[in-house]
Amino acid sequence: MKTLTTTALLGLTLLLGGALAAPGGNITVSYKDDVTTLDPAVGYDYQNWPMEKMVFDALLDYKPGSTTLTPRLAAKMPDVSKDGKTYTFTLRKGVKFQNGRVMTADDVKYTLERVLNPKTKSPGQSFYTGIAGAQAFVDGKAKAVSGITVLAPDKLRITLDAPNAAFLNIMAMNFAFIVPKEAVASAGEDFGHKPVGTGPFTLKLWVNGQQLVFERNPNYFMPGLPQLASVTVKVGLDPSVAYLSLQRGEIDLLGDGIPPAQFLQVTRDPKLKASVVSKTSVNTTYLSLNTGIKPLNDLRVRQAINMAVDKTKILRIINGRGEIAKGVLPPLMPGYDKTEAGYAYDPVKAKALLAAAGLKSGFDTTLYTTSTDPNPRIAQSIQQDLAQIGVRVQLKSLAQSSVIDAAGTPKTAAMVWSGGLAWTQDYPDPSDFYWPILSCKSAVQGGWNWPFICDKALDARADKADRMVAPAQQAARLKEYASIFAAMNKQAAWVPVFHEVRYTMKSDRLVGSVDDLLDPTHFINYERLSVK
Amino acid sequence: MLPFAASRVMQSLFVLLIASVMTFSLIFLLPADPARLVAGPSASVQTVNSIRRELGLDQPFAAQYAQYLGKLLQGDLGRSYKQQSSVRELLASRIWPTTQLMLGAIALELLLGLPLGIWAALRRGRWPDRVVMGFAFLGASAPQFWLGLSLVYLLAYGLNLFPLGGYGGLSHLFLPALTLGLGGAGWYARVIRSSLLEVLARDYVRTARAKGLSPSRVVIRHALRNAVPPIISMIGLDIGVFMGGVVVVESVFGWPGLGRLVWDAIRVVDLPVIVGVVIFSAVVITLANLLADLVQLVIDPRIRYS
Repeated sequence: MKTLTTTALLGLTLLLGGALAAPGGNITVSYKDDVTTLDPAVGYDYQNWPMEKMVFDALLDYKPGSTTLTPRLAAKMPDVSKDGKTYTFTLRKGVKFQNGRVMTADDVKYTLERVLNPKTKSPGQSFYTGIAGAQAFVDGKAKAVSGITVLAPDKLRITLDAPNAAFLNIMAMNFAFIVPKEAVASAGEDFGHKPVGTGPFTLKLWVNGQQLVFERNPNYFMPGLPQLASVTVKVGLDPSVAYLSLQRGEIDLLGDGIPPAQFLQVTRDPKLKASVVSKTSVNTTYLSLNTGIKPLNDLRVRQAINMAVDKTKILRIINGRGEIAKGVLPPLMPGYDKTEAGYAYDPVKAKALLAAAGLKSGFDTTLYTTSTDPNPRIAQSIQQDLAQIGVRVQLKSLAQSSVIDAAGTPKTAAMVWSGGLAWTQDYPDPSDFYWPILSCKSAVQGGWNWPFICDKALDARADKADRMVAPAQQAARLKEYASIFAAMNKQAAWVPVFHEVRYTMKSDRLVGSVDDLLDPTHFINYERLSVK
Repeated sequence: MLPFAASRVMQSLFVLLIASVMTFSLIFLLPADPARLVAGPSASVQTVNSIRRELGLDQPFAAQYAQYLGKLLQGDLGRSYKQQSSVRELLASRIWPTTQLMLGAIALELLLGLPLGIWAALRRGRWPDRVVMGFAFLGASAPQFWLGLSLVYLLAYGLNLFPLGGYGGLSHLFLPALTLGLGGAGWYARVIRSSLLEVLARDYVRTARAKGLSPSRVVIRHALRNAVPPIISMIGLDIGVFMGGVVVVESVFGWPGLGRLVWDAIRVVDLPVIVGVVIFSAVVITLANLLADLVQLVIDPRIRYS
């Protein structure tokens, strides 16, 4: 049987043809779930984002491992008008799509309009509706977006309805990866399986449910990139099986991280531990408290719950794979306030606060959680903690989709444990932790503001901060956001519990830094990986 | 036989219609909005609404179902919300791996179950009988997830006899097929044992023995022939059981079949894929049962259907 395995590997080698023989070598990455699509306008999860980045580029990117924007397909950072509403981009000259055609400003316009077009069904649509004329285009009242003007084949002007300091971050997102019109037209709805971009790799092979093979783009415009000749992504591997495959040398990187069942074994073994890479994610896992449901509408009750939850115990349940959260913003997010103390664990004070709120004998409430491990166990831990202060919690452990539905419906879910649905940044700007989950406009049916908190004064301050576009205003802007989140923390609508620490394991032959393997924005920077 | 077959085909079509209505209704009643799942967390309510419109999810149930049925009759199973591929193509790419897995499991069930059952029957009440019955009990009660991972750990990782997972030749097929078929093998052993014991007590077997035929000839030529028909119906029923089992087994072993396809679809409420797989499974199960009945009819003329 061993011979059969060898034969299969040999077959794969032949299948990849010259790729393996080329300098740079191949790495194999494993995932449990299938890849759904590589269409950058459509794909929206941590698994397909780094793969899309292999095939496509945006006008802007980040310095690896950081939140600093750099030009990518743009020749330089854009010129910004004085009112902060107009951005003029100059494109890098002579960049070619993988079909051989030179990329132009028309492609940028087409890409953005494609994301905005409701027919594309892009989850990224709302990020771009701040471009002037975008809403009219979305509503079918205009045939083009008036705020996007092609000035020359290598020049493009984008005008916004209002200044937005996060706009350049939005232009660096996957949704803004530049696609060629003719390739989209010829592939039709299948573009996600036949992607064509300007990126460092091309998709060579996709066997549904089994594997994807990416090959180096020999004409890539960035000198020295990519370093690998090819990348094989194997899908459908159970994380425990993938872990065994890595030990046997068949896998180079665990895409889903170290399986919980093996975590202690790995971290206790010095030899295995040497292959482990870890980094705190830009996310916050929290317990949301619905301010529209009695008695959680009382600030004292919410503060009491904040003081009653033992976060250290929850960290033990997840084998310490997290960093205790004191506020909404995670440490790597610009605007994070190191001095934020949060609510200390103090059940006695919590009980006193409940008594002050007229709830000396506690109250009954409901806590929603997804049914996948370890979330029901964490919810039970919270249930026990709250029982200590007299709060009787009924647990509702449901499928993820049902939890999302209940949490986004007003006056339905009193408390929601966000495990598995924790908020992770779309881009490194504090506005991404304010508008989608804590603002008045997201406190609606189907929104993600699960505490249904709406503070118009804070909204106005955030809106004002977002208009601070000039580079000289950046420090003041981040300070303002830190103050906005401090005010939000005081309202105690969330119990921020932990920031997830991601752990993964790589083979000895794979060369890649933490910034490349656990990049805060792109997750994996494939183009910078290499093999010994 | 023809009227029987025709009426069974009609029944099967009715079953398919019910299956599609039930799946559609269940998903319609589910408190989860596929549009919101497609849109992802950062999408505004307007984006979710526009996706809902694009997918036709804002239509009432009857309209959605009628539209689906209309397309289905033209052989169009729709497009996956999440994978952006036609459901027909997705199904087509997954049918053969699942078929291989099922055939492998049936082969292992028969190869393990029949000899063990016969052995137990011939050694009734003695230790082989007890061992086989113990195996049958364990095989039927072990959870497939645990069994699969244990087999991977012991036989693939520990002894290096098989690949750790993935899709390929016979060496890839063996462990998933064994995981899927082991419970059934125990069940087959029990059934063939009791069926054989019943036949061995019959007069014609006693006559055959009295004629001086060798014990093996008596068992193989005379007794087994009459003990086998229940096994054929069991294979038909097994196809249905397997359709459920492949979801777990394919996920453990990374087998690119229908089980994994539907599991991924359920996670994201990918309605067209879920309904497509359910309808396809219903077709397979109905056909398998129909075929089992017809084969039994042919090999055992004593059976008459009215």
